[in-house]
Amino acid sequence: MSDNSKQPIITCRDVHKWFEQFHALRGINMEVNAGEVIVIFGPSGSGKSTFIRTLNRLEEHQRGQIIVDGIELTHDVRNIEQVRAETGMVFQQFNLFPHLTVLQNIALAPIWVRKLNKEEAEKRAMALLERVGIPEQALKYPGQLSGGQQQRVAIARALAMEPKIMLFDEPTSALDPEMIKEVLDVMINLAKSGMTMLVVTHEMGFARAVADRMFFFDKGEIVESGTPRDIFEHPREERTKLFLSQILQH
Amino acid sequence: MSNAAQILPPLAERHTLLGWARKNLFNTWGNALLTLLTGWLVLWSGRALLVWAFTAAEWGVIAANLRLILLGQYPIANVWRLWVSLQLLAFLVGNSLAIWGRNVRRISLALAAAPLLLALLPFGLQPRLWLAGLTFFGIVGWALGRPAGPRQRRIVLLGWAIWPFIFILLLRGLTPPEGRLPLVPTNLWGGLLLTFLLTVVGIVFSFPLGVLLALGRRSRLGAVRWFSIFYIEVIRGVPLITILFMAQLMLPLFLPSGLTIDRVLRAMVGITLFSAAYLAENVRGGLQAIPTGQFEAAYAVGLNGLQTMGLIILPQALRLVIPILVGQFIALYKDTALVAIVGLLDLLGIAKTVLAQPEFLGLQREVYAFISMLYWVFSYAMSYVSQRLEVSLGVGKR
Repeated sequence: MSDNSKQPIITCRDVHKWFEQFHALRGINMEVNAGEVIVIFGPSGSGKSTFIRTLNRLEEHQRGQIIVDGIELTHDVRNIEQVRAETGMVFQQFNLFPHLTVLQNIALAPIWVRKLNKEEAEKRAMALLERVGIPEQALKYPGQLSGGQQQRVAIARALAMEPKIMLFDEPTSALDPEMIKEVLDVMINLAKSGMTMLVVTHEMGFARAVADRMFFFDKGEIVESGTPRDIFEHPREERTKLFLSQILQH
Repeated sequence: MSNAAQILPPLAERHTLLGWARKNLFNTWGNALLTLLTGWLVLWSGRALLVWAFTAAEWGVIAANLRLILLGQYPIANVWRLWVSLQLLAFLVGNSLAIWGRNVRRISLALAAAPLLLALLPFGLQPRLWLAGLTFFGIVGWALGRPAGPRQRRIVLLGWAIWPFIFILLLRGLTPPEGRLPLVPTNLWGGLLLTFLLTVVGIVFSFPLGVLLALGRRSRLGAVRWFSIFYIEVIRGVPLITILFMAQLMLPLFLPSGLTIDRVLRAMVGITLFSAAYLAENVRGGLQAIPTGQFEAAYAVGLNGLQTMGLIILPQALRLVIPILVGQFIALYKDTALVAIVGLLDLLGIAKTVLAQPEFLGLQREVYAFISMLYWVFSYAMSYVSQRLEVSLGVGKR
């Protein structure tokens, strides 16, 4: 574990990933400091989702080095489980557990992984539901909630493990437009509370508001990175300019 | 509810018998004709059946052999032991329904009424008292289970865990003939009792085995996966009756001489092994229906492989396949009739022995009609309970 706060909490060195013949990640280098909010964007198929999924080993990288909170991700299952316990993830499709109530969804991992007793875990779950603004939904099943509510439950579920890092994989892409804001508000509050966040998203308003740095991915590489100001006002690369003009047009 | 009267459908749509018949049976000339024709066919065939059942059929064969059909040659002096364990069971069922049952009022009532209805069959006084006892203890258990706390739940679960052992102990006995609980060898177990035993043992043991095989077939460990595939495909490629023959006739060849395994036990093992292979494939179907996102979400919050399977994937997969599993269990119940071919006296086997007695020659119709009805009643009960189970578990709703 890193006590030295100057040491980056995530370090990626020359990360490569292949799907069969397809070279999905081509040498990603990135360092993220504790408390930073990182926005990753780029065209579909650029490898941004694949990259963020390598950070908790939902995808295995085949070359290079990934170190999360002082633990290197290798084939060692114990390391992987440790990293996963310290890293929360929010998915595009929410992936809530449909057979459990909202409260059980959130309290499950603290009970089984952190070995909290049930009462304590449910108290923590209720507090998190307050934080994401839907305590009244605690005893419902995910199928009874709207998309925006489900995604907020998913955020609460990830936070229940008190992670040091939160990964968001296109958290608003599957939502109806009127629900995007309620999820982004929760994420903005989380960012302001000092959480280390890596967010794959096309919500440039969110990036402008809270991102410390942005990374533009294309064809499995980082094309350009910088502060939101650099990226929006002085993009250096042609590809970045083209992509930004496409998504900011409307 | 109070303003229901104001929103009744128009007169023409209301459900009166005549209105319904006109709308559904006699709405066109063609339909009216078909209705009459079908009605006549039903009456004609039904009448023949009814006339046979009430005038020609000699149901005396059932009354005379009822105990044989239900229990086989189980000694009459020891039948009380079965009744005692059944009273315990009635208590447990009543208690559990009160504690866990939701939407089960109709099942509870049916269960409470069933022994009393059975008492209408031509039993003597003593069995009728035992049957009344079942209803009594069921209701007592139910009443005690109403204000249940967690402690009582644990006691009831414990009761369910030890009941099978009590039952087997009482059924089989413990001591030599002159003792309190004389041993009853399995060749005297028969009839409905044996059919039930084979079914329940088959279900209880093939279920965990089948789930393990289903998981094994998806395992990343090559040896486990290939063993599971091999087992499933071999067993599924062989008829149950051949497995039963193997268990009865060939198993002794492989065992050291002097060591014999009970014949009923051999049949149980055969049925369990057979059923497990099919169950594995059904469960695997359920597992495949679970989206990968569920695995990923479980891993992402830090659950390990075992927890992911046990807490997230299996509960959803099993819920999906309840209808298929119940169908399989009903099939298993009826397939136990095959043990009659290898010489066990289950319901079908005992029917054949009844018919072999000189005084009951030629009464096949009565005997087979009766045991068919027994098969049907319990099959339908299983099917009905599973439908209620699906409703209360919310199968099909996500």
